[in-house]
Amino acid sequence: MPPKAHASLVRRYWPLLVLCIVITAIVAIASLGSEEMQVTITEMLIRLIVVVGIYMFIGNSGILSFGHVGFMCIGAYAAAWATVDPTWKQMMLTGLPDFLQLNQYGFLPAVAGGGALAGLVALVLGAAIMRLSGIAGSIATFAFLAIVNSVYSNWESVTAGTSSIIGVPTVVGPFVALAFALGALVVAFVFQVSRFGLMLRASRDDEVAAKSSAVGVVKVRLIAFVVSAMIVGVAGALYGHFLGILTADTFYLSLTFVTLAMLVVGGVGSLTGAVTGVVVVTLVVEVLRHLEAGFPVGATNVHLPQGSQEIGLGIVMALIMVFRPSGLTRGREVPWPFTPAAQRRKMQAAQAG
Amino acid sequence: MIGLLQNLVDAASLGSLYALAALGVGLLFGILRLVNFAHGDFISIGAYALIVPSFEVTAQLFIGTWNWTLMIPTVTLIVVIVALISDALVFRPLRRASAPTLMIASFAVSYVIQNGILMIYGARPKAANLWAGLDTPIMFGELRVPLLQIITIVATLVLMGALTLFLKRTSYGVMMRAAAEDFRMAQYLGVRGDFVIGLAFAISGMLATAVSLLYLSQTGTLSPTMGVPLALFAFVATVIGGMGSLVGAVVGGFLVGFVVIMLQAYLPEELRAFRDAFAFTFVILILLIRPAGIIRTRALVERV
Repeated sequence: MPPKAHASLVRRYWPLLVLCIVITAIVAIASLGSEEMQVTITEMLIRLIVVVGIYMFIGNSGILSFGHVGFMCIGAYAAAWATVDPTWKQMMLTGLPDFLQLNQYGFLPAVAGGGALAGLVALVLGAAIMRLSGIAGSIATFAFLAIVNSVYSNWESVTAGTSSIIGVPTVVGPFVALAFALGALVVAFVFQVSRFGLMLRASRDDEVAAKSSAVGVVKVRLIAFVVSAMIVGVAGALYGHFLGILTADTFYLSLTFVTLAMLVVGGVGSLTGAVTGVVVVTLVVEVLRHLEAGFPVGATNVHLPQGSQEIGLGIVMALIMVFRPSGLTRGREVPWPFTPAAQRRKMQAAQAG
Repeated sequence: MIGLLQNLVDAASLGSLYALAALGVGLLFGILRLVNFAHGDFISIGAYALIVPSFEVTAQLFIGTWNWTLMIPTVTLIVVIVALISDALVFRPLRRASAPTLMIASFAVSYVIQNGILMIYGARPKAANLWAGLDTPIMFGELRVPLLQIITIVATLVLMGALTLFLKRTSYGVMMRAAAEDFRMAQYLGVRGDFVIGLAFAISGMLATAVSLLYLSQTGTLSPTMGVPLALFAFVATVIGGMGSLVGAVVGGFLVGFVVIMLQAYLPEELRAFRDAFAFTFVILILLIRPAGIIRTRALVERV
């Protein structure tokens, strides 16, 4: 490859490169910290995968999906079915098919299985609802979330219902999560700059114009939906193997709210936005949590009242949205830093106009 | 036969609650394109406003013990004030924001209110006995109908009638309908945007209060998330009824109530736990058959 082609390749994947380096650096710094820090950073990385997965669909298609946490639930349970101790499964999960009930599988096949099942469900669901646009599409995905929650909280023989699945091996730490997070970033970015990604973005900006330019809107939406569901399903599998215990209510409205809020705070329109949102919201939550736990001032321990963490998060998010309605990144990727200043000004002017 | 009639009465009563909640959601959607997740929390506030703030399990009624002629206006006022404050602080600065941003902002409002209730009243559900005398059944031949169900249905009909009169016969109502039809055009013609939106929030708050009083006296329990399922069914009702159409919201509300009660009554025993899953599958089916809802509105048709 001539040097010029190298340069343009670097330039094309520049945002991805920067994001991967930043995330790796954050994890590297955090790995020097306390045990508690490791837990926080692992959870952040898993949420990063979820948000990147959600972004891949919402950001490119423009359809707000409330259903992705449902795919997380599906992935988490599928992986747990594979890795939990067979004697416990035979006692509690009598409805499982034999190959799951009698055997125990490794972590990686379990995660792959979780992603695959989520993708399969997304394929079936998506084939039905991807022709819905706008609010109808959003409510359909929401209905899906409610269905998943209802089924997984009540199907005792497969999910142990309200008594929850316990003893999922807790093998996910910061570095495992980092590996998957980088993978998710690569998949999302490569999709976004691919032909399909561009077609989907065209349909987001103007559905009618895209259709008249021979974009198969339903088809490209479906591709994005399935791949993003797989990413989120994998994240669910990781989350199960991080928590060690599974309850269907973990994967319902509050997690949906937190992940969507992360995406909107960062900026729905770009991968950089998704990553920024996750990092910023995690930071805010951590600061508030420490304030709530209290800090010593002289002899007394000053702390905020219980519940102020959640209220604070809500307020911070409302503030960010009021002052930056299109997110912290305004839906832009990390800019290429080597553009001559004059050209950059021209581009900014064009974007503003 | 009596069984079916009984179920129909139940469906009408539950459908009334959903229809009232859906009207509150639909009103704001029509004008603002806001899917207001905080509506459920307006409902919770209406219920919590009745009791003394404490962490006790049995709620001590405070405003709730007043005579209803005084109590209903007071509670309504509290909810309306909360609704107007949330508009002024959060939604007004977001007038030009996109639909997802608005929706997430309302999510944030809902989160703050829920945790605020949690902070003041504690997380545990509370028992509260509002209007205890109303569960006496009235017999129509063999049909037993609790007085409360009749009150629910009648109150809903009265409120819907009042809202219709307001929208059709008063100048403010005409302004609101104009704003729902084409907000910018209405502004050009002299409708004050913020005023109309504030009015919509106030009416939405009043409807939420009605739901909270009726719902609380039916269930007798309070919890910080009590309004959430009502709001969820209300969204679903507004969407399948036809987003932006108030008639659609009411039709959708009654339809959802009907479906839920019929599933509860006629699903086989072992599938009954999955009632909500069936109800939401039904919702997806309706959306697939009629993506624009049962009652289509012109305002939502995109022109090229």
